[in-house]
Amino acid sequence: MSTPSSGPGSTRAPGREPVGSRPAKSRTAGEHTPITLTGLGAKVILLGLVAGIAIWAAFPLVEAEQWVGLALLVATTAGLFYLYLTRRHVPAKYLVPGTLFLIAFQIVPVLYTASTAFTNFGDGHRGDKQGTIVAIQTASVEQVPGSTEYALSVATEGDPATGPLVFLVTDPADGAVSIGDATGLRRLDADEVTVAPGGKVTAADGYTVLNFGQASARSQEITDLVVPTAGGALRSSGLSRAYEGKAVRAYDAACDCVRDSETGRTWTADESTGSFVADDGERLAQGWKVGVGLRNFTRVLTDPNISGPFLGTLVWNFAFAVGSTGGTFMLGTFVALALHSPRMRGTNLYRVLLILPYAMPSFAMLLVWRDMFNTDFGLINNLFGLGVNWFGEQWSARAAVLLVQLWLGYPYMFLVATGALQAIPRELTEATSVDGASPWQSFRAVTLPLLLVALSPLLISSFAYNFNNFNAIYLTTEGGPFPADNPSNGATDLLITYTYRLAFGGQGAEFGFAAAISLFIFAIVAVVSAVSFRRTRKQEEVYA
Amino acid sequence: MTALTGTPVTGGTAGALPADRNGNGRSRRWLVRVGWRHGVAVLAVLFSLFPIVFVLSAALNPLGTLSSTALVPSSGVSFGNFTELFGRTAFERWFVNSLLIAGLAALASITLSALAAYAFSRMRFRGRRVGLLSLLLIQMFPQFLAIVAIFLIFATITDLWPAIGFNTPWGLLLLYLGGALGVNTWLMKGFFDTLPRELDESATMDGATHTQIFFRIMLPLVAPILAVTGLLAFIGTVNEFLMANVFLTDTESKTLAVGMYGLLQGDERNNNFGIFAAATLLTAIPTVVVFQFLQRYIVSGLTAGAVKG
Repeated sequence: MSTPSSGPGSTRAPGREPVGSRPAKSRTAGEHTPITLTGLGAKVILLGLVAGIAIWAAFPLVEAEQWVGLALLVATTAGLFYLYLTRRHVPAKYLVPGTLFLIAFQIVPVLYTASTAFTNFGDGHRGDKQGTIVAIQTASVEQVPGSTEYALSVATEGDPATGPLVFLVTDPADGAVSIGDATGLRRLDADEVTVAPGGKVTAADGYTVLNFGQASARSQEITDLVVPTAGGALRSSGLSRAYEGKAVRAYDAACDCVRDSETGRTWTADESTGSFVADDGERLAQGWKVGVGLRNFTRVLTDPNISGPFLGTLVWNFAFAVGSTGGTFMLGTFVALALHSPRMRGTNLYRVLLILPYAMPSFAMLLVWRDMFNTDFGLINNLFGLGVNWFGEQWSARAAVLLVQLWLGYPYMFLVATGALQAIPRELTEATSVDGASPWQSFRAVTLPLLLVALSPLLISSFAYNFNNFNAIYLTTEGGPFPADNPSNGATDLLITYTYRLAFGGQGAEFGFAAAISLFIFAIVAVVSAVSFRRTRKQEEVYA
Repeated sequence: MTALTGTPVTGGTAGALPADRNGNGRSRRWLVRVGWRHGVAVLAVLFSLFPIVFVLSAALNPLGTLSSTALVPSSGVSFGNFTELFGRTAFERWFVNSLLIAGLAALASITLSALAAYAFSRMRFRGRRVGLLSLLLIQMFPQFLAIVAIFLIFATITDLWPAIGFNTPWGLLLLYLGGALGVNTWLMKGFFDTLPRELDESATMDGATHTQIFFRIMLPLVAPILAVTGLLAFIGTVNEFLMANVFLTDTESKTLAVGMYGLLQGDERNNNFGIFAAATLLTAIPTVVVFQFLQRYIVSGLTAGAVKG
């Protein structure tokens, strides 16, 4: 390490003696010859930028008294200054910028998610115990004689089918309109709303009022929505009336339980499951978040509704990932090889047209493909005069999904294969042809191995990506077709869409359980990749 | 360099003369050497193009519904879907947002991953193998399941620094940069590895620093790869939907993916198909333009020249 310019790894390499002697000569001219003016300028500007951002970020942290965050910020900034002012740690200078972002926005969220796999975090187990008690008391509101009845309209800020619901209620006494959701009730100005005779709100600025059909489709959600008010809470009674009632259930700190004032029944807090349980085992729907250990993991293996379909889905998942990656790679490389010839005319035009599928927004094209496979007026059936229900049969649905993947993915493989082919020195293939090798022989012996060296990590990542290709399934078949006896596991379901449906759809969000299954998926993909990585390792100099 | 590019050209002109005398044998040779390549290319182009033609036909369909759209517009051509797109939606805002976010993300992500790829390819240090493997591993975690965590993290960030929080392009950009090191680093490292080590070794002998080697020697040589990677990052970001959907809820701050997805929601799906197809076509324009712009770098065989030089 006598020479400042040599990195840590270069000392071992043979034939490096001149490295030492060269700067030794120039050292007479000045101690810091390798530092150029541009280099110094860039360093000053970039470090100045870092300092500026750090100062800008520090003020809100101080204001919010987030001392841990501030300490992290100071440490990171100091670390950056040290790293780029010292002459040591050369590899770190190149790695740290990307790694900082990686840690903050990828590793931390992933670790956080992994940690929720050991909790019961999800719908009904979201917050702490205190919040749960408030929720229980609000939900137990019942209509008491003489309580006010309001005219009710149900509305949403988002989509009528999925957006979060709000109540628009009109006070019968003064005709004032208020808007309410789970956080509380708030009065609206009269000019923001249109009120029909009879008090029902028909339009409100920024909200879509649900019509009767839309409202009845979500009647369960409307029944469940409780708006806390000062004297109790507001609940719906049917789809067009709401009443203000009083809470029946109350928390008693003395027995750590919830007591129903009408029936006298009690539910005692159970800290291991995060819920209130009665003597006969009945559980209140609202609970709080607690650690559950490995229970989420054992559930995958022991719950027959989950473990049974798991294996079939796993096999198809592998077939899908291998089929997508292999198909796109083969077609892409084949076309790239066909175009990679000095004799070829018009390659530019071909290239431009070939990569067009890649230029199209893929999420939009997935939806377009789904409609092209439509049984009644889809393009595929129209063109070939067929009446095939593509997404209705197990194998045609699978073939269709793979075809869509091929179309979407092969331009990408074509692009990277073209790039890799151009990086292969032409002398190599020329040398083989001088030696009398046929084009096929030179492809097998020279081009393909070099291609694989450049592309094998990419193939592994492509496999990993397709293994979890949520959009490819969710935007086309949505996992279907489903067998009659099991509506939760379809023929084209990947583990990830299956997990998504189990955890986020139907019975409500179970983030803890979803995180546990995603750890399973992660383990599977990691093992597969590690194995294939070891196999390709021989071709590479990665660990030289 | 001259010898390399010269050979095929002289071969081609020399072959043209015998072709006049013996047309049959000549054309068979052409078929074997070049003709099949055109056949493959034409078939691939047809496969690539037909869904796009369908989208084009849907965009020009005056009725604008899915059920009335065929591969060739049969009921006349109109630009009504385009005017309706700009009249009814904030399409132009979504377009600008997408360009800004995807352009910056692509630029920053190739910079970050080229830096890392250079270190992984050319330097030997402790933790190198672990670093490479963990990059691959982190990549494999089904990321959308982390979205709850990401949401909670950015809720805090929005409280502290609203300028980089929800509904801003900067917050989304930061999030995208978190994934920059993943696939791109591996891709670029693969190409750095194929560059001969003699190049930077001789530069070191001439007294070049590691920064000079990186910026003056390696970067120009991997320019084709940078172009390809940048293009892929750009397309990936334009297509990203899940994160953007959580992040951007204001109509004004939406990207194309989020905004257009809303067009096909609910009952309006059949009726909006024409507008949707028009938006799809317009969305494709920036990518096609970027590709044309980078064509020069992608196609030129810089490496072969450098090995000779």
